[in-house]
Amino acid sequence: MTEPGKEYWDLEIKPRTGLFDLNLKAVWQYRDLLLLLVRRDFVSFYKQTILGPIWFFVQPVITIIFYTLVFGNLAGIPTDGVPKPLFYLAGTILWNYFAECLTKTSTVFKDNTALMSKVYFPRLIMPLSIVASNLIRFAVQFILFVVLLVFYYAKGHMTGINMYALLFPVLLLLIAAQGLGLGMLISAVTTKYRDLAFVITFGVPLLMYATTVVYPLSEAQAKFPAYSWIIRYNPITAIIETFRYGFLGKGSLDLGLLLYCTVATIIILLLGTIVYNKAEKSFVDTI
Amino acid sequence: MSIAIKAENLSKAYQLGDFGTGTISRDLERYWARLRGKEDPFLKIGETNDRTRKGTNDVVWSLRDIAFEIEQGDAVGIIGRNGAGKSTLLKILSRVTSPTTGSVKVKGRIASLLEVGTGFHPELTGRENIFLNGAILGMRKGEIKRKFDEIVAFAGIDRYVDTPVKRYSSGMYVRLAFAVAAHLESEILIVDEVLAVGDADFQKKCLGKMQDVSKGEGRTVLFVSHNMGSIKSLCNTGMVLNNGLLQSIEPVSNAIGTYNQLLNRTDNITRILNGNLKDQLLFHKIWINNSADDHAVISIAQPLCFNIEGEAVIDFNRVVFVLAVYHAGVRLFTLREVAAGRALSGGKFTAAFNIKPGFLRPGEYTIALGAWGDTDNDWVWGTEIGMFTISAVWDNHIRQADEGIINAEFIRLNE
Repeated sequence: MTEPGKEYWDLEIKPRTGLFDLNLKAVWQYRDLLLLLVRRDFVSFYKQTILGPIWFFVQPVITIIFYTLVFGNLAGIPTDGVPKPLFYLAGTILWNYFAECLTKTSTVFKDNTALMSKVYFPRLIMPLSIVASNLIRFAVQFILFVVLLVFYYAKGHMTGINMYALLFPVLLLLIAAQGLGLGMLISAVTTKYRDLAFVITFGVPLLMYATTVVYPLSEAQAKFPAYSWIIRYNPITAIIETFRYGFLGKGSLDLGLLLYCTVATIIILLLGTIVYNKAEKSFVDTI
Repeated sequence: MSIAIKAENLSKAYQLGDFGTGTISRDLERYWARLRGKEDPFLKIGETNDRTRKGTNDVVWSLRDIAFEIEQGDAVGIIGRNGAGKSTLLKILSRVTSPTTGSVKVKGRIASLLEVGTGFHPELTGRENIFLNGAILGMRKGEIKRKFDEIVAFAGIDRYVDTPVKRYSSGMYVRLAFAVAAHLESEILIVDEVLAVGDADFQKKCLGKMQDVSKGEGRTVLFVSHNMGSIKSLCNTGMVLNNGLLQSIEPVSNAIGTYNQLLNRTDNITRILNGNLKDQLLFHKIWINNSADDHAVISIAQPLCFNIEGEAVIDFNRVVFVLAVYHAGVRLFTLREVAAGRALSGGKFTAAFNIKPGFLRPGEYTIALGAWGDTDNDWVWGTEIGMFTISAVWDNHIRQADEGIINAEFIRLNE
């Protein structure tokens, strides 16, 4: 201990760390944990069920049946000339992915208190595993979408698929990042004051109506010219609209809006990660 | 020898009480102070963590200005009464929570075992859980694969390795959980009082494994236990904490001596009692199952014995010693030492209350203590004199099913 300055330490535990000290290297070291958590979620989801992974299909199928009946037939909201089930399914699977990522991530500290108060691992692993687990669910539902697309094509309906469909991976990344970033932001804030958790439970289903899930953007702009900017600048709208344009050939494609959405997503993700990182250090004391 | 862990003026403050609308303005105030680069106004006024005295504010220092160095290969036993800061120190070292001030510098990887079976998923098989639990504790997949057979052999669950762990007996479950943690390849191993949960055989096996780790492999071990026997056999150094302060760090047998002295000095309970007899009938100590520590952990299979020591200043014609047990704020029952009371002459006295085993369900209980004098108007009484925990056979997580406070088996009328 003669020269403390030259001492080498593997780890230093301090009260506070820098704002951008995100410890991503540690996250990478724990990548096996990420995979195992995803596997755990997937396997435990259908353990002791008869239908097993088929349950992944049941939810969106029943949802679009109801949407077709209620929004399509009863309310008579037009769908840009796209077959109604196809139109709703395109919006629903993307929206579900976002909503699931958001709600699950927003309670990540609360749901995992038992684990996190007893053992250290990079806390970012948890929300990342949620996003990855839901990606599997999304992939299964996407297959359903493709099947339906082929079905309508076989019936002679023009699908209008075009090269913008290639943007699909980017869109997926954007929507995952939004759910993740927003969820982390909320989970961090709710460690001490739980008020926001209530907002999530009723806010997320309501937010769906401010997103173009059950109606096209063009319709909203035609009917509510004064307020349609809320829907337009809702960052999820651009993603769903671009997705529909790429796969169904209908919808509004606005690259400027997509760029805005990308910037917004990056800001949300960055902010979420930083706040989450700050909260993880001492949430055990306040939750 | 080089230093493995070095802590410098390490402190941890906790806020007592509830969080609600009242605390947010204070949070803003603190945030504002920090923003201007000033010291947190609420931490300056904190006080040491003496549970028995009611504090004047609700910031309490669970650890205060702890500084120590631990050499590589040392086996350190951390001892102290409940609330002394042992668990807080372990939590900081295992990075579950962060210190309020100060720092700890560490050389090498830390594996901590604060609880057995953290992160086990009941639906997954033993095999899957070994991988999942290993990964949670920080092992890579390849590492777990290499150790897999060893872990299964240590746990002795060869036959059940592909069965979901929810079908395991509680003994198998805890053996598997310890086996995973014990096979971590880390330079530093931190173990909280988790061994209290297994049977005697298993405890011996675990202690043996930990001895291998510290003596055989030269790894550093930090170990918290109330069992001075296992501390003595496992550790070479003892660290004594008292009310959040570091009392001493010295060879283990000296440390146990220091700890015992602390117990004797702090066990006077006279000052928490009220009533008009409080200066005539002094209660000095309460022993719960022979433990002077005021938070005993008692197995459900053991009888409960409360022994009181005290002193009568005057002679009494009649004294009825009374002990009440509370659970979650509800007074469960009140027990009289001698139903009609007894005469007590001045000088030292003892009183004992014994309860059959298996009456109370696993959980935390507090006790109130006092006595009636000659008339109903003469009394001395104090609540929250001590606490005890009834532990389930091995782990209260498995048996926390809400079956009530009193064991129904106890009231069954057997023909």
